[in-house]
Formats: sequence, C-alpha cells, structure tokens
Amino acid sequence: MSDSHSIAPNTASAETAGPLKTADGKPLKVALARAQARSRRRAFLLVAPLLLFVVITFVVPIFQLLAQSVNDPSFSRAAPNMVEWFAQNPDAEPDEAAYAALVADLVEMKKNRTAADAGTRINYELSGSRSLFTSAARSADRMEAPFMEAMLDKDEKWGDPMLWQVMRGASTGFTINFYLAALDMTRDAEGNIIAAPEDRQIYVKLFIRTFVLSALIMLTTFILGFPVAHLLAVLPMRTSNLLMILVLLPFWTSLLVRTTAWIALLQREGVINSLLVSVGVIGEDGRLSMIYNQAGTVIAMTHILLPFMILPLYSVMRPIPPSYVRAARSLGATSFTAFWRVYFPQTVPGIAAGGLLVFILAVGYYITPALVGGASGQLISNLIAFHMNDSYNWSLASALAALLLFAVLVLYWLYDRMIGIDRMKLG
Amino acid sequence: MALPYYASASEKAVYYTWRVFCGFVFVFLIAPILIVIPLSFNAEPYFTFTEKMLSFDPEGYSLRWYDNILTHGMQNAQAARDGAWWSDAWNNAAWIKAAKSSVIIGFFATILATALGTLAALGLSQSQMPWRRPIMAILISPMIVPIIITATGLYFFYAKVGLSATYPGVIMAHATLGIPFVIITVTATLVGFDHSLTRAASSLGASPSTAFFKVTMPLILPGVVSGALFAFVTSFDEVVVVLFVAGFDQQTIPRQMWNGIREAISPTILSAATILVFVSIGLLTTVEMLRRRSEKLRGLTPN
Repeated sequence: MSDSHSIAPNTASAETAGPLKTADGKPLKVALARAQARSRRRAFLLVAPLLLFVVITFVVPIFQLLAQSVNDPSFSRAAPNMVEWFAQNPDAEPDEAAYAALVADLVEMKKNRTAADAGTRINYELSGSRSLFTSAARSADRMEAPFMEAMLDKDEKWGDPMLWQVMRGASTGFTINFYLAALDMTRDAEGNIIAAPEDRQIYVKLFIRTFVLSALIMLTTFILGFPVAHLLAVLPMRTSNLLMILVLLPFWTSLLVRTTAWIALLQREGVINSLLVSVGVIGEDGRLSMIYNQAGTVIAMTHILLPFMILPLYSVMRPIPPSYVRAARSLGATSFTAFWRVYFPQTVPGIAAGGLLVFILAVGYYITPALVGGASGQLISNLIAFHMNDSYNWSLASALAALLLFAVLVLYWLYDRMIGIDRMKLG
Repeated sequence: MALPYYASASEKAVYYTWRVFCGFVFVFLIAPILIVIPLSFNAEPYFTFTEKMLSFDPEGYSLRWYDNILTHGMQNAQAARDGAWWSDAWNNAAWIKAAKSSVIIGFFATILATALGTLAALGLSQSQMPWRRPIMAILISPMIVPIIITATGLYFFYAKVGLSATYPGVIMAHATLGIPFVIITVTATLVGFDHSLTRAASSLGASPSTAFFKVTMPLILPGVVSGALFAFVTSFDEVVVVLFVAGFDQQTIPRQMWNGIREAISPTILSAATILVFVSIGLLTTVEMLRRRSEKLRGLTPN
C-alpha cells in the first residue's frame, strides 16, 4: 500500500476525531468486517471441495432420478408425427390425420426397432399395448390410405379412446402419471384421475407395510435396547466397556455376514429348528418357518439396527447423575416412581435420537428384506429395485423412490430439529 | 449399581429380571455372529450342527469350505498345488478377485473421503462458517438417504456420463457414502480442540501449512484415522451401489456373498463370513484403541 493512500484519510480523521482506527488507518469496524469476511471465506473454501464432490456424486444423481420420475421419452422420441398431431389438436378425437401420423410413426419404429420400447411405455398404463405396437409396426409399411380403416381392420383396439388418452399423455414426455401409479391411481379415457383397479393396488399397501414394520422394528429395538443401555450406563466403566464390545462388534460386522448368520440360524434345517426338534419342543414335521417371511425381516433387522438404538441411549444415560434417583427415593418415592418420574424423562432425548435413527434406517432398508424377507417381508426399497432390474419401468421406480425420499427427508428434518445432526455420534 | 440391602422382594425381582433380560439381549446380539464360526468348519453341506460335530468327532469338522473359497472359479482346481496352481488361484479364484477389487475400491474411496472430509470438518468446526447447518445437512445426507435411492440415481447419472462399470465410478460413489462418517468423527474430535494452539504456532512464525501439519494434525489424527476406518468399512460392506453401477470387473466381497446367498447357498459363505468377522474384530480393536488415545491426547478422562 502506498504512503499517499494511507496517510491522507488518517490525517483527515485525526482532525474530526471520528471512529476508532487500526494502525494503518482503516476504521476498526471495516477492518473487523474484512477480517471476519476473510475467515468466513477461508472456512467456506475448506468445505467447498467436499461440497462440490457431494453435489456431483450425490445431489445431481438424485435430481436425475427426480427428472426420470416425471419423464419417460421412449414413446415421444419414437413417435414424432404423433407428438406433432397431439400438439396441434388438443382435446380432438383421432381423425384420419391422426391415424396417418400413427402409421408413419409405426413405419419409422420398424426401421429403428423402437416399437417395443414405445409399446412398453404405453403398456405401463394400458396392459396389452406392447404387442399391439409390435405387431402393427411389422405390417405398417404395407398399409394404404385411408389409414383409420386400415388400422381398425388390423386391430379393433386401435379405436380405443383409452389408448389414445394414454398416447396423448405419453406424447409430451413429461407426466405425473408415474406418481399416480405409485399412489395406486390411474386415469380414465377422459383423463380424469381415478383409483386403480382393486387387484392392482399394491404400492400404497407396501408403503403402509414398510412404515408399520419400521415402527415395529423401532419398538423392538427400544424394548431390547433400553434396559441394556441403562445397564451399560450404571455399571462401572471397566465392566461397561467390556460389555460394550458385545454391542459394538455386531455394529462393525458386515451386514451380509449378519444376514447370513440369521439364515443359518432361522431356516427350516437351521440351528434353532434343529435344536427345538432335538429337545423335543416341536416334531420333525413341525419345524417353524421363521425366515423368508415378515418374521425373518423383523428379527434380522432388529438385530442389525439394535446398536443404533443402544448407542444414542447410552450416550444420554451415562451423564445422568445417580444421585437424582437416590434423592427421589429418600424423599419417599417408590422405586417405580423414582424411575418413571425422575430417571425416564431425562432419557427422552436419547429415545428420540435412537428411535428416529432406527426408523429412518429401517424405512429404506433393502439388503436384509431382499435376502431373508421372502414374499411377505419385502419393503418399498425392494419394489424399487424390482422395477429397476426386472420390469425396467424406471420412471415408476423413480417415482416410488422420490416418494420414499420425501418421507425420509421429512424424518431427517425432524431429527435435525429435535436432536441436531451435528450431535450425531458413532461408537 | 448394586442392589441396596433394604430392597424389597419385588425390587429384587425387578432387578434380577432386568439383569437376566440384559443377558439375553447380549446373547441375541453376539450369538449369531459367533455361531457362524463353528458352522463354517462343517464337513457336511448343512447349515446346522451335525451329530459328529456335537460329539466333537474330528471327522465332523473340515476345512473344505475354506478350500472352496480358494478354488471356486479357478481354471484347474484339481491340479497339483504347486506354483502354477497358486498363480491360477491368485488370478482366477472368484473370492480372491472379489477381495482384490474390494481392497482397491475401499482404499481409494477411503483416501478420497478422508482427505475431503477432514478438510471440510476443519472448515465446519470454525465459528465463522457460513450456512453451517444446511451444508452439514447436505454432507450427512448420504448416510440418511436410503441406499437404494442413491444407487438408482447413480445408475441414471453414470449411464449419462459414462462412469458405469468403471472403477472410478464405484470409488466415487463409495467415497460419498463414507464421507458422513469422516465428518462426524473428525468434527467430534475438533469439539474439544483448543484453537489458541494454532494461533500460538502462527505467532511463533509457522506458516498455515506448518501449523496444520505440526500442531493440528497430530491432535486430530486419532479422529481422522477412525473416520477413515469407518469410511473403509462402509465401502468394504457396501453391496447395493455395486449391484447397480459396477460391472463384472468390480465384483466385491459383499457382492460375491450376495451371489452366494441368492443363488447357490453353501457353507462357503459361512467361511467367508468367519473371515470377515475376524476382520471386523481387528477393526473394532483399532478404533477403540484410537478413541482412548484421542481422549488421552485431549485430556479427557473416561468418566
């Protein structure tokens, strides 16, 4: 900094006895603000690389998923002429021009081998459409005007107003229909939203099952975890550290190892059934089916998530001074009252932390239900995987995932409000 | 907490019920993990103890499933076990290949997560950090968001940018999953950190990087290392992202176990599980030792 710059304001302010200055003549307030801005910038720059990394590898993919959930271009990309006709004729009945566009697109589909893709997209909302498209595409180039008649000759179903409604919906690419499907709803031929047929309502039930089972797992981990956390908190440090190993070892053991162990224990020819048979509690043909059903999911997930309940409870219970309960007792409280009115209320933050964490983790569980859940123990995550890997209805999978994500983010927000994410502890 | 001598009969009953109940819970926690160890030495292809095993007949036990870990996937498993056999095992055995890619992915994901996570934790623990809460929420969210959602999103994203079925793709995904653990453990270490120590170093003429490596780093190192171990375990145990975005070359140990459970369930996976149990015992011991050392360094006494 040159002298002329720093001296000039300095002499000026000395005469007016203005605000406090630093040694080089800047007002103290400005210098402080500048220093704070610098340290804010420095702190942010330390975080910036990671933030950028997480945005690229995590936030962008999530948005990609959200985009997929409202957009499936496989029909609109394969049928440009239809897209144009739908855009020019909103709310119109299909006329000869519409059928001409349809035939032109079917010819293109045959050339580009996209008829199956486009048909699959329509098939999501109107079953039986896939074969309609593939067989029409095969003979489309032999068709002659008038196309309306030719198409209806080929198959009566091409006149179905429902089919045209679905094609209109698919022609824009963007649609909320996958969310409707994920919530067991559909559209009728006029485009009104109605409930899906009784036998195809599966997703809401599955969401409910996921939440009920997660709540059940939260409850069982609480019932098993609370006494143990209390024991660990009141024992002398040396003993409690030793017993803590029994909690931490499962926590550190591979998920697949623990799931495998439960398969070995619970299956029909497994350890527990064999033990019960040899003791004589059950007969050889009375072996219990404890796995590949809901019971298997609940037992294995309780075991896997129990440390996530015990550890937050323990970290809240340990600092509670035992003198509070003793004081209550000496003032005449029964041991139950002392526990319930004095000790228990102090553990509530731990219960909230552990319970929410277990619930959040359980709602999104995939591996254990997939391996030991059988048909009745599947959760919503398993259905998302099914639509990704087996039925290839990626947009429906994304819509289900987005709904699950929304539920989890609400719970996460709740956790942050109640406990604070920066107070989360491990081990 | 011992039972006082004036405890009534019902109090005694509650006290002992509680203790016995806790005993059962501890058995519930640990028994499934320990039970796989003897079962993995079963001579028969069963998931239960045979009579020979129960009578401690040496014939009831064998190492055949451990041998199967080595030989499964080899080109010529029946050959004599000479140098060529071992190099065949090293190059072709499915479990060894899985172990190799697990280690490669885990190593690089850990380095990435630890380096970026430690830097960020240093920034986040400063009081001047702007938007601390929302940024923290974003950085922790990979731990909270169901893994199937992350995997699905990555599947779409990687297909678009061409990272599907590549090592960098899986490594970046695993690093993201490990980052919350690094942030949590390192910020926990920094809670008791005395910032006047770095200021003292600076006033004595140390450059910021010298102050960091000579003063800050040694003090937070235990937290960094246990964060790194958490990140490694997260990667080492992860299967869903691998199922969705990895190719044939990136098959990891959990992926191999997943195959084993889903397709041909045999006690081979029990012997693999046993090996992994010992790995986790080793990791747990390391983390516990680091935690005690960190408490000592920071002058905290264990209550």
